[in-house]
Parts: sequence; structure tokens; C-alpha cells
Amino acid sequence: MTTPDLRVSIGSLFLKNPVLTASGTFGYGKEFAPYVNLHYLGGVVVKGISLAPRRGNPPPRIVETASGMLNAIGLENVGLDRFISEKMPYLREIGTRVIVNILGDSLEEYQTLGRRLSEVEGISALEVNISCPNVKKGGVAFGTDPAMAEAVTRAVCAHSTLPVIVKLSPNVSDIAQIARGAEAGGAQAVSLINTLLGMAIDVRSRRPRLANIVGGLSGPAIKPIALRMVWQVAQAVKIPVIGIGGITTTEDALEFLLAGATAIEVGTANFVNPRASQEIVEGLGRYLTDNRLSGISEVIGGLILP
Amino acid sequence: MNKYEEQAEVLRQEQLMPEIFRLTLRAPEIAANARPGQFVMVQTSPGYDPLLRRPLSIHQTIGHDQVQLLYKVVGKGTRLLATMTAGQQLNLTGPLGHGFELAASKAICLVGGGMGIAPLYFLAREILRNTCPPKCVVLLGARTAAELGPLPGNFMDLGVTTHLATDDGSLGHHGFVAELLLQHLDPELKWTVCACGPHPMMKAVAGQCRKQGWECQVSLEATMACGIGACLGCAVPQAELSGPYLHVCKDGPVFKAEEVAWL
Repeated sequence: MTTPDLRVSIGSLFLKNPVLTASGTFGYGKEFAPYVNLHYLGGVVVKGISLAPRRGNPPPRIVETASGMLNAIGLENVGLDRFISEKMPYLREIGTRVIVNILGDSLEEYQTLGRRLSEVEGISALEVNISCPNVKKGGVAFGTDPAMAEAVTRAVCAHSTLPVIVKLSPNVSDIAQIARGAEAGGAQAVSLINTLLGMAIDVRSRRPRLANIVGGLSGPAIKPIALRMVWQVAQAVKIPVIGIGGITTTEDALEFLLAGATAIEVGTANFVNPRASQEIVEGLGRYLTDNRLSGISEVIGGLILP
Repeated sequence: MNKYEEQAEVLRQEQLMPEIFRLTLRAPEIAANARPGQFVMVQTSPGYDPLLRRPLSIHQTIGHDQVQLLYKVVGKGTRLLATMTAGQQLNLTGPLGHGFELAASKAICLVGGGMGIAPLYFLAREILRNTCPPKCVVLLGARTAAELGPLPGNFMDLGVTTHLATDDGSLGHHGFVAELLLQHLDPELKWTVCACGPHPMMKAVAGQCRKQGWECQVSLEATMACGIGACLGCAVPQAELSGPYLHVCKDGPVFKAEEVAWL
């Protein structure tokens, strides 16, 4: 028996399998090395990086909800310089693709990040976060208007030699329009969805459970919404789509692939089961073998409509 | 530091008090590597409700392969945990975080409030394992005697001097456990004080220690999703308020009291 072919390509980015880890749920890779053979993964998307370090929001920052969690971390990160000097030496050696998630408050900041990271050895692609709901200016505006999404994508593409993936927010009335904006701006792929804005209240104290009042909902609770959006976007654009949102098991990953995603990102599941991403890689291989399929491409977009 | 994911077997579930349980598990990798003050993340349900693991400090290790947890039922996760019986399996990750550090201390005082007592038993046993153990005093507090249950006896059985305080005066000193520091610690000695308990208790202990010039280590608690420094949910402000947040799971859970902002 031949080993199942899990390889996919996201534009010019080749992956040994379609399983990535979602930004903000996998640290800088090293945190998961005790649990996961990192080189088994299709790639690692690291915690979002901004030009300057960010402190993030005051606590409490997370609260568990039904089959999910709300977070308002506030994009805490070490900043570009420390990322390059402290995190990249390790990431360069993990034996899989390193995708750097970037975020900024202005077009210039995105451009600078794109340019500087293109000069760093060992990075395979950029994922542009235009969708984080937690920062009051910048981030959210770029992700909710198609023209702004196009502008920021164009800005990064013009200043970077790396493939650009644009990560989309679900907190919009028509996500397909935003995806078309990113495509028009030159994105090689879009990834979706980021978290859904949500809220939780402590009825005893009558206070919000998050210091930021609102936060991003993630986990199995959001999977049906994410799947629907991935399906819609996959039909709306010609570039590859990366599915994200509550993926916890191999079956979840298969649903996204069938809906038209070329790859997937495992997010909150990493917190629950640190081995989740590797288990999904193994599970996809078994699925191909069990179903006598020669490659994962036979699954992608294979949804049969009534 | 080595971290593991282990499918642990429940060996014993003991109900010590109406809401407080002691769970003994076979988890050889974690048991062999755990240090006092470290914690584990416990998957309380195989499904999605609750979704996240629960962080619990290690109460003690027994022999070479057992881990014991002492916990109070406070919500859905711990309620499910309390239904586990011998022979069932439970997934743990750990040992996580940094524990207490007692390199050269000659006089050590452990201060525990409520469920904060849990990791101090592991610490007390570790201190006493020393061939020439330092002076050790244990101060335990709770709202009422019933909340302490057999715990004071457990410490006394180790042979350590143990003093008690309850908010309602039902056992020991009528008042806060932090008030016992000045009553029972010889001010001539250079104490290292290790505290774990509710925030106001640790704040009071840290304040006393600062006045006396004693070293103080505190074990903090925070809501966290991962326990390994990825989610960044367990942020606590550091003493230098403009500096970056500390993270309980990877920078702690044990901190030097002066590193932390006592707001």
C-alpha cells in the first residue's frame, strides 16, 4: 500500500499536509513541542506579530462558554524585533512551514511588517490579520470593508516577497465580499474565520466576565457558522481557502475540506488536546486509506449537493 | 522542564468534606517529574462540556507513579471530576509551571488558605525529606473548621508545627491566617514564607513579609485555557505596572511576592 498523499498547495506555498495551527492558539511552536512532532504538521501559524510589542488587555481575558470560549487577549505579543531574534531561530528548525500572522494599526505598519519579514530566513508565508475584534482602531476596520481589505492586502503584497494569506473576520454582513477584496488586492489565499464577537455576564456581580467587556468566541460552538462561511467564500473566490473555526477532530477537518477548503487550521482544540493537530494529520491519512483515495485533493471541494 | 500528556487511571476518590475531594491517580510520568507548587491540567469531560481543562495544583506525589489532587467542587468541571471512580481514565497534562524554590532557606513558613492548602502539603513533605530539615511552621486558615476537615491533622502527622485560624473562630485563632505570622514566627530568623490561598490573604502575607524583610513566595491562580503559555489568558499585572503582564501558567504559578502587583 502506498502512503496517502496529503500534499496541498496554497498558491505558491506547498504543504506536506493541509493541517496548520491557528494563530494565537499555538504560541510560537515551542510550547507544543512536548506534545506534538511539529514536523508532522503542514505548518505552524505563529501568534500575531505587531511592529512594537503589545501588552494586551487587562485580565480577566478568557471565559469558558457552552462548547467554546471567549477571549480578549488583546494581541499581546513580543513585537517584530524580538520575534525575529528570539523565536525564529527555533522555528527555523522545526521541519515544517512557518507562517507568520501579522497585525497593524495602519497600512504603513502592515507594509513594514511585510518587508521586514520577507528578509527573514525560514518564513514560508504571511497571514495578514485584518480581523481581530479586540483592538479599538485599525484591525477591525480593515476587515469589515472590502475596499479596505483590498488596500491592506495590496500594501502587504507590494512590500513582501512572501505568499500572502488574508485572515477574515466573520463579524461582517457578507464575508464573501471581503474575500473578493482580498483576492483583488493580490492575496494568494484567504483564511477564515477568526473569532465571532461575543459576551458573557456574571449575573451575581452584574459585571461582564471579560475586562474588555466583549471578546472573540472560538471552539466547537462556532464550527457550523465557520463551515457555512468557508463554503460561501470558496464559491466566491478563485484563490484557495483555508478553513478555521472549531476544528477539533479529523471529521471536522474533513467537513471543511469537503466544503471547499484547501487546508485547515486547528485553533482552540490545541488548548483542550495539545496533540489535536497531529492527530488530525494522522486521521486524514487513515481516512484516505480507508476510503481508497489516492490523495486529499479527491476530498477538497467534494461536497455533494442535493 | 519535561511536560507530559498522560491517560491517568483513577485509583481513589475520597470525599473529605461535603464539597472537597481528594483524587489519587496513576500518572507515572507526571509523578516522576513533579515539583511542589506545579500543577496539572485535567480534562474533566471527554466531550465539549466543559470544553477546557481545569488547572489543579498537585497535592502530593505518592511513590514513583501516583499523583494526588485536592479540589473543591466549584463548577461544572470539578463536579464532573467528583463523579470519577476507581478504574476510570482521566487525561492530564503536566507537570506545568514553576514551583516553590527553597534552595538555602533555614526557616520556612507555609501559609495556606482554603484550597490554597493543596500544594503546601507536597511542599511540606519535600522540606521534611531533607536529611537536615530546616525549621518549618505551617499556618492554615479557612472560613470555618469544617472547611479544613482532616487537613490540619495531615500536616501534624508529618510532625510539623501547625497553627490554625478560622474566620468564624470555630477552630484555632479567630481571624485571618495572615495574623498568625507575627504571633508564631520568631522575628530574629530569616524566614522564607510560601503562601497559597485567596488573593486578600496572600496580599496580607506579602505585606507582612515585606515589613519584616522576609522572603515571600506566592502561588497564584488564574483562569487559563492551555496551561502551557499559548493562550495568554492567565495574565496578572506585575509590580512594575507599565511592564508586560506575567502569565500564571509559565512565569508562575509561584512568584516572588515582590514581582506581583498587589492591587
